Amino acid sequence: MRPCWHTALVRVWFLVVLALAASCGGGEDAPGQTYAGIKQRGEITWGADRAGGEPFVFEDPADPSKLTGFEVDIMDAVARRLGVKQRMVQFTWSQLVPSLERGDFDIVMNGLEATAARRDRILLSEPYFIYAETLAIRKGDPYLSIFDLVGRRVGSLNETYAWDIIKMLPLDGAPYEGNEEPYIDLELGRVDGVLLDNIIADRYGCTRAPVKCLPYDVARGSYAIGIRKDDRELKAVIDQVLAAMKKDGELETILRKWKLWDHRQTEEVGLSVAPAPREFDADMVTQFLEAAVLTLELSLFAFVIAVPLGLLLAIMRVYGGTGASAGARIYIELFRGTPVLLQLFVLYYGLGELLHLGPIQAGVIGLGLNYAAYEAEVYRGALLAIPRGQSEASRALGMSPWQTLRFIMVPQAFRLALPPMTNDFVSLLKDSSLVSTVAAIELTKRMQMAALEMRSYLIPGIACAVLYIILSFPLSELARRLERRLSRDQRPHAL
Amino acid sequence: MISVRTLSKRHGERQVLQAVSADVTKGETVAIVGPSGGGKSTLLRCLNYLEKFDEGHVDIAGARLEPGMRGSEPALRALRSRVGMVFQQFNLFPHLSALQNIMLAPVQVKRVTAADAERDGLALLERVGLGDRGGAYPHELSGGQQQRVAIARALAMKPEVILFDEPTSALDPEMRDEVMAVIKALREGGMTMLVVTHEMQFAHDIATRVWVIDKGTIAEDGTPAQVIDDPKTAVSREFFARLRR
Repeated sequence: MRPCWHTALVRVWFLVVLALAASCGGGEDAPGQTYAGIKQRGEITWGADRAGGEPFVFEDPADPSKLTGFEVDIMDAVARRLGVKQRMVQFTWSQLVPSLERGDFDIVMNGLEATAARRDRILLSEPYFIYAETLAIRKGDPYLSIFDLVGRRVGSLNETYAWDIIKMLPLDGAPYEGNEEPYIDLELGRVDGVLLDNIIADRYGCTRAPVKCLPYDVARGSYAIGIRKDDRELKAVIDQVLAAMKKDGELETILRKWKLWDHRQTEEVGLSVAPAPREFDADMVTQFLEAAVLTLELSLFAFVIAVPLGLLLAIMRVYGGTGASAGARIYIELFRGTPVLLQLFVLYYGLGELLHLGPIQAGVIGLGLNYAAYEAEVYRGALLAIPRGQSEASRALGMSPWQTLRFIMVPQAFRLALPPMTNDFVSLLKDSSLVSTVAAIELTKRMQMAALEMRSYLIPGIACAVLYIILSFPLSELARRLERRLSRDQRPHAL
Repeated sequence: MISVRTLSKRHGERQVLQAVSADVTKGETVAIVGPSGGGKSTLLRCLNYLEKFDEGHVDIAGARLEPGMRGSEPALRALRSRVGMVFQQFNLFPHLSALQNIMLAPVQVKRVTAADAERDGLALLERVGLGDRGGAYPHELSGGQQQRVAIARALAMKPEVILFDEPTSALDPEMRDEVMAVIKALREGGMTMLVVTHEMQFAHDIATRVWVIDKGTIAEDGTPAQVIDDPKTAVSREFFARLRR
């Protein structure tokens, strides 16, 4: 038999996937043989995330095609001393350690804190930088130490040592993804303290006029290079190189260049103690359920905004004059054409000083305004699908335009819109995970946090999926029944 | 009751109605016949301003219709509540039961209480032979039953005139009779009616007058005996001859 065209297509697809898979894998050295591989290739690859910003690894403002930062300088020196070239491989910060284990690059070098938990999982080099955890508060607030903030909301970057400290204390933790955002919220009074590395605090927090950084180190820790468990030889070589750099002053020169040299660098520091891995226990189940409730709340309230606003926009577009119709069209294109993530950022941070919204309020309003644009188009399509005779019959009975809409058009449009509306609601349920970017812990965020705490994605992932389905299934079932009741005359016909 | 004066309407280049003038007195039943595309339905739909027109005016049930009205002003709505309309495709509201279809406008437009509207609605359903089908939804009714509900819906507003736009054209022959019987009964009750129709026997039976409309004008106007049995104009003769063939 002649191979038909789609068999050929499947083959091409397969080849493309194989080629992509091959090109993705970085380290193909046998276990424990990475150092030999580096020598052979003449190149050491290191994983980092340039989104971490100044001063770690970032795009050079003078030439954005080049990377710069104190870690780039250190890697340049390390590579030079090893007699090879260095190449940075971009990965999201939270994925650096799993990617190292998978073999996507040779080492991790990106503000990786030397914690006991990390040492259980991978090898850590000798430290190349000693940092302090710095507590920032608003000027005028009476707090003198982290313990004065018990019960209050304290922000930090998720998955950092500072975050571990917050979790060990009876504080209400607010996890953030960016360096700037926790300090913005501190200024706006959404959190009462921010605990972060002094590198970040000095650059992003303490320079803000309303912010005061407390002079005492809440804790100290160190940054180390992450190395795969089997690569003992590589660790020994890198430790030698770092020791030599400390001895001959090159490390100090680099740190001074980046204004990072301080008295801490010559003082001893031990391993930071992070909490032991958690079990999927009753506490965690409670946290998952709380997160699920928040996800449901966010989605329901957002939908309660989206449906009437969408209907109004659809009516403006279909029946409004030129002005109303153009206004609705601009709204729809604006909210549908830009990412909801951007809209949430603008609403929460951009307009933070004007609106003073909490994370959940901002999430509900942001998602509601965004989904209104989608609902508007659903209702517009439904209104246009109603036969012309319906509005004619209504007008011929003496009904006003408003009565025609209220009693004839909208109820019939609603029946037509029900299947796509259900679709949108289920989609909204999942999009509500974007609200985690404004420090609200909903279901997906809880899953990510639990996965880190348990050092495994399996159980949290399954729990998260099950909860999403438990949330969405009854709603689609309800919609199905409603549809059956409302649309008696719209049963499918045989084809 | 109705007076049409030099009514004209254009569709782009095409003149759909050309200076039509006519009068209908109370209690008359006018059958409007003629070849397709001649302007029968357009003329009917101008009488409650579902269709706008360019020149002339219409006096109907105490109101004056003129070019340039927006189409939904209160005066027009008040007029429409006095002029019923029945459509070729019934246009019942599919999300409402037969009784709800009938009750909606009296309650919303005339502010009749729900209880009164329900009582009147049930009586009307009885009158069109559907006393037991008030709870049925349109898709559960046959075409003939739907059209009878549509007539009851128009009657519920207690109109002074009813406009029928090809009320039996979408129906199977056996269902036409039940609808025509209802219209005939209205005629006996003295209702003023204008009926666009292709049923010559029906026109002959119920009409007090027949208008033959062709190329946007009333080509012939007279009693059924004059117009159908003994047409004077060439247009009418040709039209009726073609029907008999």
